[in-house]
Amino acid sequence: MTTAISVSGVVKSFGRSRALDGLDLSVDVGEVHGFLGPNGAGKSTTIRVLLGLLRADAGQVSLLGGHPWRDAVALHRRLAYVPGDVNLWPNLTGGEAIDLFGALRGGLDRRRRDELLERFELDPTKKARTYSKGNRQKVAVVAAFASDVELYILDEPTSGLDPLMEAVFQECVREVKRQGRTVLLSSHIFSEVEALCDRVSIIRQGRTVEAGTLAELRHLTRTAISVETARSIDGLVELPGVHDARVDGTHARFDVDSAELDAVLQHLHRFELRALTSTPPSLEELFMRHYGNDAGTGTGDDGSGSGDGDGGRGADSRMAGV
Amino acid sequence: MGGNLTGTVRLTRLALRRDRIQLPLWILGTTVLSSTSYTAVREQFPTEADRVTALRTAVDAPAILMLRNAPTGTSDGDMMAFQILAFLAVLAGFMSTLAVVRHTRQNEETGRSELIGSMVVGRHASLTAAMIVTAGANLVLAALLALALIGNGLPAAGSVAFGLGVGAAGLTFAAIAAVAAQVSQGARAANGIAAAAIGAAYLVRGLGDAFGEVQPDGYTMTSAWPSWLSPIGWTTLVQPFAGNRWAVLVLPAVFFAALLGTAFALADRRDIGMGMLAARPGPARAAAGLLSPLGLAWRLQRGTLFGWAVAIGLFGVTIGSLAGTVEDAFAGNEGAARTIRELGGGGALSDAFFTAMLAMVGAMAAGYVVQAMLRLRSEEAGGRVEPVLATATGRLRWLGGHLVVAAFGAVALLLLAGVSAGLVAGLGNGDLGDRLVDLGAAALVQAAPALIMIGYVVLLFGLAPRLTVALAWLGYAVSLVFGQLGELLNLPQAVRDVSPFSHVPALPSADVTATPLVLLGVVAVALGAAGLILFRRRDLAL
Repeated sequence: MTTAISVSGVVKSFGRSRALDGLDLSVDVGEVHGFLGPNGAGKSTTIRVLLGLLRADAGQVSLLGGHPWRDAVALHRRLAYVPGDVNLWPNLTGGEAIDLFGALRGGLDRRRRDELLERFELDPTKKARTYSKGNRQKVAVVAAFASDVELYILDEPTSGLDPLMEAVFQECVREVKRQGRTVLLSSHIFSEVEALCDRVSIIRQGRTVEAGTLAELRHLTRTAISVETARSIDGLVELPGVHDARVDGTHARFDVDSAELDAVLQHLHRFELRALTSTPPSLEELFMRHYGNDAGTGTGDDGSGSGDGDGGRGADSRMAGV
Repeated sequence: MGGNLTGTVRLTRLALRRDRIQLPLWILGTTVLSSTSYTAVREQFPTEADRVTALRTAVDAPAILMLRNAPTGTSDGDMMAFQILAFLAVLAGFMSTLAVVRHTRQNEETGRSELIGSMVVGRHASLTAAMIVTAGANLVLAALLALALIGNGLPAAGSVAFGLGVGAAGLTFAAIAAVAAQVSQGARAANGIAAAAIGAAYLVRGLGDAFGEVQPDGYTMTSAWPSWLSPIGWTTLVQPFAGNRWAVLVLPAVFFAALLGTAFALADRRDIGMGMLAARPGPARAAAGLLSPLGLAWRLQRGTLFGWAVAIGLFGVTIGSLAGTVEDAFAGNEGAARTIRELGGGGALSDAFFTAMLAMVGAMAAGYVVQAMLRLRSEEAGGRVEPVLATATGRLRWLGGHLVVAAFGAVALLLLAGVSAGLVAGLGNGDLGDRLVDLGAAALVQAAPALIMIGYVVLLFGLAPRLTVALAWLGYAVSLVFGQLGELLNLPQAVRDVSPFSHVPALPSADVTATPLVLLGVVAVALGAAGLILFRRRDLAL
């Protein structure tokens, strides 16, 4: 079996509102899969369907080869879940809650639990009512990663964690990935998804709008280009697929649709290229493109911008342009 | 000070909006109950002679006086006050304490106050708004009660005193809840403290009336000093329709002002979300006993159960110690003894007395069961069931944990009541063994209605999760009114039969009959099974 999660055409309505409207999602065994969408897009609803807490109205759902509703208990032995909003029992300590979740899941690794408590700097003797949101989140994260399971379903697991803890969390995900386990990571933090995920599904209004590797997704949108040539550039603005061009003699900056990249570069060759920088779109730009006012094909001049001055972009998100 | 109160008006409007259904229901329900009681009094005791006979019985029976008040006369108003006044004060108390906690501590727990506190809102605005809404509700209740009684043709002054007395009790308990909300660790604890205060006030007043002095006419009474220590005692001491002692109302007014000042002073010293007592660190590792759905349910529920056990144990000891008094009190009064026997279903006098008292214990155990089973819904609505059901814990195992704790708790509470009453009564008259067996069995048959309530709540939880809390308490209240007060309110037998309490064999005065117990058990299991099936099939209602 190579598919850990397979969802196709799932519909779920609450009264009149349709939370999921033909959603598709496919997660392979051993991959870290990013699950993105704006607030209210249906991410948590999808996850609750996967956990058998909600029952899909229509469509096919398969989880670790089983049916999430019928085989809930057996499947839950093989997965760990971190909710986006961790609610704990106010009069239980964090340590008790971790042990309880572990035991109910079918056992947890004591050594790993203690090690994680240390790494996440969580005091297990405090009553849950005194924990901050970040600390409540840590309780669920520690309980999940201390369990020996095949699949981790994480629903915005790092909301409320500080940057240091975010880094610890990313290490944990990489560790379980190295052990060949599968992770479904719903998140709003693009740097986290870019750093961790092999593939990404983007959903909107209960429907999957994009799915694929980051490289594949980037292909569907624009690349920001900055060039310097020997001779003055002309005719660039008129080319199909070129946007927001600023031409200043032998300098040009513009965005280009990935599909037209080759034609545009061939045009530029005529002016004798001296230097060229190409910046692939960040996940954030992909996301904004889908959720800006003018969603869909993205031909409008909505706020996606070229963004090549974005200093926060990591080196691993750059691609060779030529 | 002005800065502390900024935003109070807005918060008051918000609280009114949130309570627009709940508070009117409380107020109307309480008013309707008083009117019903008035009608019942007129039908049940049409003549002066009937009333004098009934009251002569009552003044000699401490148990009756504990439940009602000290009688003040035989007019319609006096009789109604005797039947229902203390009970109405309890209702006003619960309406008020629940409202105050809802708009203070419960807001803090859900994080709403944090959001509100960051806006242009003064430090005291939240508590002030809660008190304004609650005080307003009590004023409306007092006015409606007075108007309803005047409308029924009762004297105006007495009707107003009656309404004000009930409203004053509500206000007093509102102030107690305001302090409890500041001192406690959370909303649940604050509600617990406030409910305990209401219970204690009722009990202390009961003692004051039970040990009151019978007047020369032989059927009215002066309450003993404990009544003066109880907010519910103050309500009855106003003596509406008899004395109309307005001056007594100064006591709740002063008490209210003092407690409210305390609550505001505490609010100044307290951080939002925290209690006055800092939380102590707990174990870093869970004990083995916690690590199962049943263990978790027990851990979450045991505090509530211990609280009930203390109350019910004390009640058992009290009724056990009254057994001898009942026999003595009626030794020379054949008419009164006959009345008690009729009430208790015949048989020996003390047996009839125990039957009546253990029926009350049954009502308490059923109330405990409803409270315990509603944990299901609060766990679900609070989002705490989601991570549990995402583990290898099936829905039935999770629900079963709470069900087992509730059922065990009900049986344990009933046994405790029967055994403590039997022990004390048996030591008093020397036949310890018989008493223990008789009263233990008499208490245990009361488990049947408690089990029905379990099944009923499970059914609601499976069928209509969002309405479970309201419908559960409604069902309990209806069963109680139909079953326990049905006789008092003169309801037809067919209506009374709706209540599970009406079908419990009247032990120890009557013999055990298996049929009704088996039938009650079958109904309980059927309700519960239907609820379980529905719960397995439904979405979590988060």
